Amino acid sequence: MTISERSDGPSPALVPAKKHDGEALLKVTGLRKHFPIKKGLFQRQAGAVRAVDELDFEVWPGETLGVVGESGCGKSTMGRLITRLLEPSAGTVEFEGRDITHLGVGAMRPLRRDVQMIFQDPYSSLNPRHTIGTIVGAPFRLQRVSPAGGVRKEVQRLLSVVGLNPEHYNRYPHEFSGGQRQRVGIARALALNPKLVVADEPVSALDVSIQAQVVNLLDDLQQELGLTYVIIAHDLSVVRHVSDRIAVMYLGKIVELADRDSLYRAPMHPYTKALMSAVPIPDPRRKNAKSGRILLNGDVPSPISPPSGCRFHTRCWKATELCGTTEPPLLEVRHGRQVACHHPENVDDPAPPDAALLTATKEAFERLWTGDPAGSEPMR
Amino acid sequence: MTAFLDVRDLKVHFPTDDGLVKSVDGLSFQLEKGQTLGIVGESGSGKSVTSLAVMGLHTAGQYGKRKARISGEIWLDGTELLAADPDHVRRLRGREMAMIFQDPLSALHPYYTIGKQIVEAYRIHHDVGAKAARRRAVEMLDRVGIPQPDKRVDSYPHEFSGGMRQRAMIAMSLVNNPELLIADEPTTALDVTVQAQILDLIRDLQREFGSAVVIITHDLGVVAELADDILVMYGGRCVERGPADELFHEPRHPYTWGLLGSMPRLDRDQQERLIPVKGSPPSLINRPSGCAFNPRCPYADVPKDDVTRTVRPELTEVGGRHWAACHMSAEQQKRIWAEEIAPKL
Repeated sequence: MTISERSDGPSPALVPAKKHDGEALLKVTGLRKHFPIKKGLFQRQAGAVRAVDELDFEVWPGETLGVVGESGCGKSTMGRLITRLLEPSAGTVEFEGRDITHLGVGAMRPLRRDVQMIFQDPYSSLNPRHTIGTIVGAPFRLQRVSPAGGVRKEVQRLLSVVGLNPEHYNRYPHEFSGGQRQRVGIARALALNPKLVVADEPVSALDVSIQAQVVNLLDDLQQELGLTYVIIAHDLSVVRHVSDRIAVMYLGKIVELADRDSLYRAPMHPYTKALMSAVPIPDPRRKNAKSGRILLNGDVPSPISPPSGCRFHTRCWKATELCGTTEPPLLEVRHGRQVACHHPENVDDPAPPDAALLTATKEAFERLWTGDPAGSEPMR
Repeated sequence: MTAFLDVRDLKVHFPTDDGLVKSVDGLSFQLEKGQTLGIVGESGSGKSVTSLAVMGLHTAGQYGKRKARISGEIWLDGTELLAADPDHVRRLRGREMAMIFQDPLSALHPYYTIGKQIVEAYRIHHDVGAKAARRRAVEMLDRVGIPQPDKRVDSYPHEFSGGMRQRAMIAMSLVNNPELLIADEPTTALDVTVQAQILDLIRDLQREFGSAVVIITHDLGVVAELADDILVMYGGRCVERGPADELFHEPRHPYTWGLLGSMPRLDRDQQERLIPVKGSPPSLINRPSGCAFNPRCPYADVPKDDVTRTVRPELTEVGGRHWAACHMSAEQQKRIWAEEIAPKL
């Protein structure tokens, strides 16, 4: 599945930081979720929301895979599928080499120790009638695990790990601020020493100063406990900060999957490029540079009847006839870089040597923000 | 000679069972026509309460049976609004000053078509017939970039996407050519590509209509794009105010530093770690004594000339049109920013 095996091989900078020998922790093949739309007296199926369509990716032990996309692109559905909170319509999910796609509730239970989730909204994901101690201790009860030293002691240890006061064991969620609640959610996810943590928008409900605290916490925990994360978020700067590899989703598909640095340095899919150019830059001196922003037309099409061919072709400034008819598969164009596009950007930029990397990064960003003369006129 | 919008020592306090919530506690700012002021701050810093006070929307009955206690002065184009006759303020609201809300789905009425809601806003202030008003509504929808405006004018809010609803909201608030436009988190509910469209639109419209714009947001990227001046709020007060460029490149207040350090940035090389502000926002009932930022401030222990920590720092001018409320001397602020903060960002 390789478009062009380059004989010169990738430059060291383009090789993902971690070598992936051995087995992927999570392997997803052809994953699909269609939510049926039912109509009429007999609940005849009238169509389907194609929330997630044919996803293929792996998550390697110890890495952070970031998943970005706009609302409705299927990223949350994807998170719920890999944690098996939703039943996939097709495809397989393998965890540590074992097919868990259609395991029942009972068969999934032992696996729940290894796969945990952190939710977006710290207000609705904690039961208001339970104390923090009960909430964080619930995984032990459900899994019938008795930690050394007792549940209470273990819960207090977890609370201090996430930076909360262990003496707050008997308090209720409403006594905590948003950032503290999110820490409670993290403590609960960590209770059983999971291998994989799926975090769905873990910081988007938090203020920026608190957001930074939680991002740093997730970072520290990964280093200390060797966790593997799948972090789903819409904020590109947060995703860049936390991820090793990043998958960009559009209308239920992965359009680009690459390691962080090469993705941000030279995005290949036009959608990735547009998405990155749309992020407001917190620097008033760059106001003039913003004329290079790629403004996409209109809104994301409906996932009920996605466009034919490439799903992005209706909003893409590079679209040709081919894009409207043939769907581009997600191909590995270079080592560690997969992109689903007939006319990818930045495909021929020579891999810069390590020393020149910094300047190249800066230039790439300049190019991006000041408007690339090579045919990326903003589309109006 | 007062500014077009001149807010002086505004205080908005809400009596609650737990005590008096001092949401805004002595805020002053000025804004001229054609200028954009960005107000940034975290949740609970009093940004939205300020905008509602300017619009005269804190009235009796809104918070149970208790009234918000508002004091200070709000001058709009030479008229003081807080002491003015409510009927007079009502005539101004919508015509002289208009607001764009954060969540267009709850700000638009689900029962009425978009067109009807825009027409209503227009006919309240203008003595025109239904047809002329409808033409105006179509014209406005067209202006804010809604495709097929003559058809979409009869759509209901639920038939619009989030970005289109926000456009419709903007059309509604601009239908009377207001001279003051307050946008309260206008893009927070939107995706980043749609946000870029809306920010562009607001910028174009301001150029076209020459109104004064107040943009309230927690996103420093958004204010950097739009604002000429920036006001940073913390615990109901302004901690720093100045031209946008200076605020980003020579900020003086430790809280502003904290905001800049907390933010992962796409335009810079990857930072190793973010520098968060420790702790959580202050209680608005039992405000910390002295500087409200004191308990979270990493520089609270920097020795200061004959100042006690229990004294609240006042806004002092630290440069041309640049004010900060901090006990540290201007030299200390400059030095710490240049030596300790800026290199880490």
